[in-house]
Amino acid sequence: MLNTADSRTASMTDLRAYEAFLIHEARLLDEGRFDEWLALFTADTHYWVPSQPNQANPFDTISLMSDDRRLLETRVRRLADPRIYSQEPRSRTSRIVTNLSLEPNPGKPGDVIRSKFALVEYRREEQRHFAGTYCHRLVAHGSSFQIAEKRIDLVNCDGPLDGLVVPF
Amino acid sequence: MPTSPDLSVDALSRMVEPARVRREVYTDPAIFELEMSRIFATAWVYVGHESQIKKPGDYFTARIARKPLVIVRGENGEVHALHNQCAHRGAMVVANDAGCTNEFQCCYHGWTYHLDGHLKAVPLNNGYPDDFDTKNPKTAMVKVPRVGLYRGFIFLSLAQEGQSFEDYLGYMKTSLDDMVDRAPDGEIEIAGGVFKHTYEGNWKLYLENLCDAAHPWFTHRSSIAAAQQQSDDVFSDGSGEIAIRQMRQNGAPYSFWENQVGIWTYANGHSYLGDYHDDAKLVAAMNDPTFREYFKAMEDKKGKAETQRIMEVRRWNSNFYPNMSMMSQFQQLRVIHPIAVNKTVVYTYCFKLKGAPEQMFRNTISFANVVNGTGSLVLTDDLEIYNRVTLGLSSEGAEWLEIGRGFKTDGPDQHGGRKGLNSTSEVYIRNMFESWRGYMLDGPTVKTTRQQEAVA
Repeated sequence: MLNTADSRTASMTDLRAYEAFLIHEARLLDEGRFDEWLALFTADTHYWVPSQPNQANPFDTISLMSDDRRLLETRVRRLADPRIYSQEPRSRTSRIVTNLSLEPNPGKPGDVIRSKFALVEYRREEQRHFAGTYCHRLVAHGSSFQIAEKRIDLVNCDGPLDGLVVPF
Repeated sequence: MPTSPDLSVDALSRMVEPARVRREVYTDPAIFELEMSRIFATAWVYVGHESQIKKPGDYFTARIARKPLVIVRGENGEVHALHNQCAHRGAMVVANDAGCTNEFQCCYHGWTYHLDGHLKAVPLNNGYPDDFDTKNPKTAMVKVPRVGLYRGFIFLSLAQEGQSFEDYLGYMKTSLDDMVDRAPDGEIEIAGGVFKHTYEGNWKLYLENLCDAAHPWFTHRSSIAAAQQQSDDVFSDGSGEIAIRQMRQNGAPYSFWENQVGIWTYANGHSYLGDYHDDAKLVAAMNDPTFREYFKAMEDKKGKAETQRIMEVRRWNSNFYPNMSMMSQFQQLRVIHPIAVNKTVVYTYCFKLKGAPEQMFRNTISFANVVNGTGSLVLTDDLEIYNRVTLGLSSEGAEWLEIGRGFKTDGPDQHGGRKGLNSTSEVYIRNMFESWRGYMLDGPTVKTTRQQEAVA
């Protein structure tokens, strides 16, 4: 794919556009703008945080989060509820998204973008650190993109964790 | 300066009254240590399921009261439970969570053991004192003295003697039956991975919450409201639908919990909450095509009458004191690991019903993700509660905590236990503390007065 100078130039341009999108997404999450974040997803999206390294699918193995559109909407609506006690007080987060690469597309629409992230979450006098790999499948939407799939592989996905409430 | 606590039998006895308990039972590190030796090191404790060790050499590691163990299928199919400790210098021998092997070898100096723990080989086996004997059981990975098996569920007791396994289970074995009976082929297996979640709080808080029918309305109001407001015509791959129906069900009004749901308790701290689901698609619901297929598989294998009998058992969480809770309707099982007085880790497993349609297990997974999962919309608020109870208990404001709801209206149950007037009774917490007193004051073999009365 990246053998010729032309295609390398084209994909670098794409990556810059994808990077801008991922940075925008991270900012919406850090700023708690969850409705705007939800609007980034397609109607048939899948938002997925596996519970196992290299987990093959979300159906025969449990996941830390595995949301179709219906469940993702519910998750976001709950985040806005003032009586979400696990967010009283609210977390503050800071995310870094980097190391983007274009991955082979399994034959679905759009492009698959792999990236690395680091996330710090501060809540009630405690700071937690998360890190891992994002895999976004992004499809064109107007002048920007929408998220058709987002997979988040945490390095400690199978370790003991206190509740995960703020989306990754 | 805190003074060292009085942990005499008299002092411990005064900490638990019929309808209230002292704050310290959740906060005092010395009481926690006593619980580890008097409860966890003597009681029958759930450690796993035989489906985790199907063939000879299969093993998994487990813990009881922080002590590392290895449970292994022996060469002749028997189940061995060993202290995961080398007889030489004490190193933990087995480091993986699970695997298959024909021997255990210590990474330190290579002492090697058979699957039943006895010594196979010692490198540089020379110059030892005359009484050093590789055949001596003391040079083995020490066996856990008592293994209790019931329909594939593995319980251990670290004590040489004590209450029999059968007496420990008592009538509550019917909840284990319920889990296995629901498999058309009569067999279940642990599958689908394990959630490990942790909270800064005492281990007892966990079981005390799992049969608590009065908390969802408050604790889970954010997920109830979000699910109630969710439109159903939005795309779902199936998992979203199960999840949202479940969260809505948590919002059943008090009248429902007080009229249609019960709570039952039995000797040794066990209890179960009645099922509270009347949703047309969640459980035992003929409107659901998957369930209809499952029902047919059950009738084909077990006949109409037996299928009917099995389906009429409607239980939600069944608590096995001190460390396990299981739920047959969605095939869930949770194991509570006390780490410190204010630190607990819980492992959550799913079971697959052999002979049931594949979609049933997908529903099990969906249920686990949204209700029992570390990133779920439900359990996360429970974890917040445990953390907040711990924060609250660090205050010295209240000396006593109330466990009195329903106290005056609890009554006897026909199987020798005690039940609440309805599901909102805290009878199951009082029952656990009866058992706590039994273990902490008298040892596990002595039934408490009330439990004797219940049986009489």
